[in-house]
Amino acid sequence: MVPLGYYLVLSVILFVCGVAGFLVKRNIITIFMSIELMLNAVNLTFVAFAAHWHVLSGQVFVFFVMVVAAAETAVGLAIIIAVFRTRETLDVDRVNLLKL
Amino acid sequence: MNAYFHLWLIPGLPLAGAAINGLLGRRYSRRTVSAVALASSGVAFLWAIVCALRFAGLPEAGLPYIEHYATWIRAGSFSAPFAFMLDQLTLVMILVVTGVGFLIHVYSVGYMAEEGGFYRFFSYLNLFMFFMLTLVLANNYLLMFVGWEGVGLASYLLIGFFFLRDSAASAGKKAFIVNRVGDFGFLIALFLMIEHFGSLTFSEVFAKVSSLPVETSGVGLLTTIGVLLMVGACGKSAQLPLYVWLPDAMEGPTPVSALIHAATMVTAGVYMVARSNPIFFRSPTALTVVAIVGILTAFFAATIGLVQTDIKRVLAYSTISQLGYMFVACGVAAFGAGIFHLMSHAFFKALLFLAAGSVIHALGGEQDMRNMGGLRRHIPWTFWTMTAATLAIAGTPFFSGFFSKDEILWNAYASPWGGNWIYWGFGCLTAGMTSFYMFRLWFLTFFGEFRGATGATGNHGGQGHSGHEAGEPAHIHESPRVMTIPLAVLAVLSVIGGYVGVPAVLGGANHFEHFLEPVFHAPPVTHEIMEQSGRGLELLLMGGTTAAAVIGFLLAWLLYYRRPELPSRIAAGAGGIYRLVLNKYFIDELYGAVFVKPLIEASRKLWHGVDEATIDGVLNGSAHSAQELSDDVRRMQSGNIRSYAAWVTLGAVLVVAYVMWRGM
Repeated sequence: MVPLGYYLVLSVILFVCGVAGFLVKRNIITIFMSIELMLNAVNLTFVAFAAHWHVLSGQVFVFFVMVVAAAETAVGLAIIIAVFRTRETLDVDRVNLLKL
Repeated sequence: MNAYFHLWLIPGLPLAGAAINGLLGRRYSRRTVSAVALASSGVAFLWAIVCALRFAGLPEAGLPYIEHYATWIRAGSFSAPFAFMLDQLTLVMILVVTGVGFLIHVYSVGYMAEEGGFYRFFSYLNLFMFFMLTLVLANNYLLMFVGWEGVGLASYLLIGFFFLRDSAASAGKKAFIVNRVGDFGFLIALFLMIEHFGSLTFSEVFAKVSSLPVETSGVGLLTTIGVLLMVGACGKSAQLPLYVWLPDAMEGPTPVSALIHAATMVTAGVYMVARSNPIFFRSPTALTVVAIVGILTAFFAATIGLVQTDIKRVLAYSTISQLGYMFVACGVAAFGAGIFHLMSHAFFKALLFLAAGSVIHALGGEQDMRNMGGLRRHIPWTFWTMTAATLAIAGTPFFSGFFSKDEILWNAYASPWGGNWIYWGFGCLTAGMTSFYMFRLWFLTFFGEFRGATGATGNHGGQGHSGHEAGEPAHIHESPRVMTIPLAVLAVLSVIGGYVGVPAVLGGANHFEHFLEPVFHAPPVTHEIMEQSGRGLELLLMGGTTAAAVIGFLLAWLLYYRRPELPSRIAAGAGGIYRLVLNKYFIDELYGAVFVKPLIEASRKLWHGVDEATIDGVLNGSAHSAQELSDDVRRMQSGNIRSYAAWVTLGAVLVVAYVMWRGM
């Protein structure tokens, strides 16, 4: 059996990758994918703890996260398409009309 | 409540006239404006006469007759109604106010014919009538106070009528502010009445007052109320020490001086004191205060009047002096005599002012008597009416002023409520001075040679009759008919007005005072002096004052007709005293130094120090610091999504770090 720590370390690595991508990348799609990465890192933690403590609630929670993530993906992609249609770019630095 | 009299019509009509002229008059022709103003005041006068006729048929028990229209204020047990009352005193007042007011309206049509703001003038004049009639008709102190303040407002508006002239604007302000000082006393008196009597309605207050004993010693409630009421009356009726606004009020157009600052408004204080007679009857101290203020005012104002050179200012000081007489009468509880003098004074002083206005009109705005003279032949109507008024005010026997003034002086000596020789002596001296300064005015204006500049445009800062050429006697013209007819009517009234109150000693029945008697609720007192001394003494005193008037006349004749070079020599001889009197005892300067300047200084300190530095400083400071802060904070709102992301991450890290730190 794989010890709990391994899962957590993997989760941290994934999460940090997500955060780094979220902060560094300029392409909206990539940022979006980074968010998914973070969510799944968290999911991994949930599942790992659920298996470790033999508690179901962690697994149940993962389903919730997945549902929310799916909804978010649908809405998010729609927004991205709308942005692309009007701005003809996916570079977040150029989508800044709201600033002062 | 029956509305047999429809008293509301009397103030209501002038109010309607004021509203029509004030709101729409700008578009009307002068003819329409005058028609509206004359109709509203004229019908009010006719209705007052109708009321007077019906009043005679009213049963004695039904007095005072009250018309209740609505409840104005109700707070706990206290309530103040909109209600008018009619009794003998009110009747006299409404007849005087509407009658003299109407005549002055007629006169103004001629006098103001060439002035700008014609509709504005008549709107204000009607507004004044409305407030003055509210004042005298009110059946409670609160409604009276509404009229009281209202006439102050109308007075302010009319004094400052030529508001482009700085002196007129500041004279208006001065009148208003000085009146506020008096109003303060009046208000405190009203609060005391609410506190102790629980009402401001005349009948209820006086019923409660009548159950209290006479305050023979010390300062009790009634004395306090009485003195405070007198403070209010001092402001409105220009008595010492609050008289300073009245001479400056002469900046207003002359008909205004006649109506407001001579005949009616300034007598409001006398009316108020007479109306409050149950309070004064029960406080000898308050009566003494009233009498002393009155006699001092009568005397000092007369001395100032002796040397003034502006024709309207002489009349202004004369008004103050005559008001002083009325207060002397009130101060010795001879309220009937005070109201009698109020009425005859309204006739002859309105006439004097209107005639003076006619003189000023004829000379194209000249007001300095040193530049007049010899006008008798040029303006005969003005001359003869002015003569009637001068004879009346000087106390010439059998003119109206003679009867009323002698009634006051007789009471000043013989009244059981504090009459004595001192009041009479000062009153007699004042009567002599009155005669002197009035005949001085008369001789300077109408006799001798014309002293004005000939052929020059002589608008010496006068009434703004810029259309006229002053100067050549040939150009001096009599006023139009519309001005001379009111003069003639008032002249007749000045001559015969006194016959309503011929004293018993001269074979009359003193109808006027007997008519007013039911209004004055004197507590029982023995009429010792009056009964003991009897006719002989009264005739003697009458002779004394008449002699004083004759001496005044002879002096004026000597100095200003026979030997016109004498006055300047006497003035030079008197030196300091002359300058003191000429400059009105420097009272204005004294008030300026003692009250006005420190007040302005303190206000300036409050303005700059407290208002600007502290209050504004705190507000502006907090606003400014908020602005600074937002200026820094707004940089976070860059519109750059990745920077937002960084902030979110930073926040998440901080939250997690905090939770971990707590968790440890």
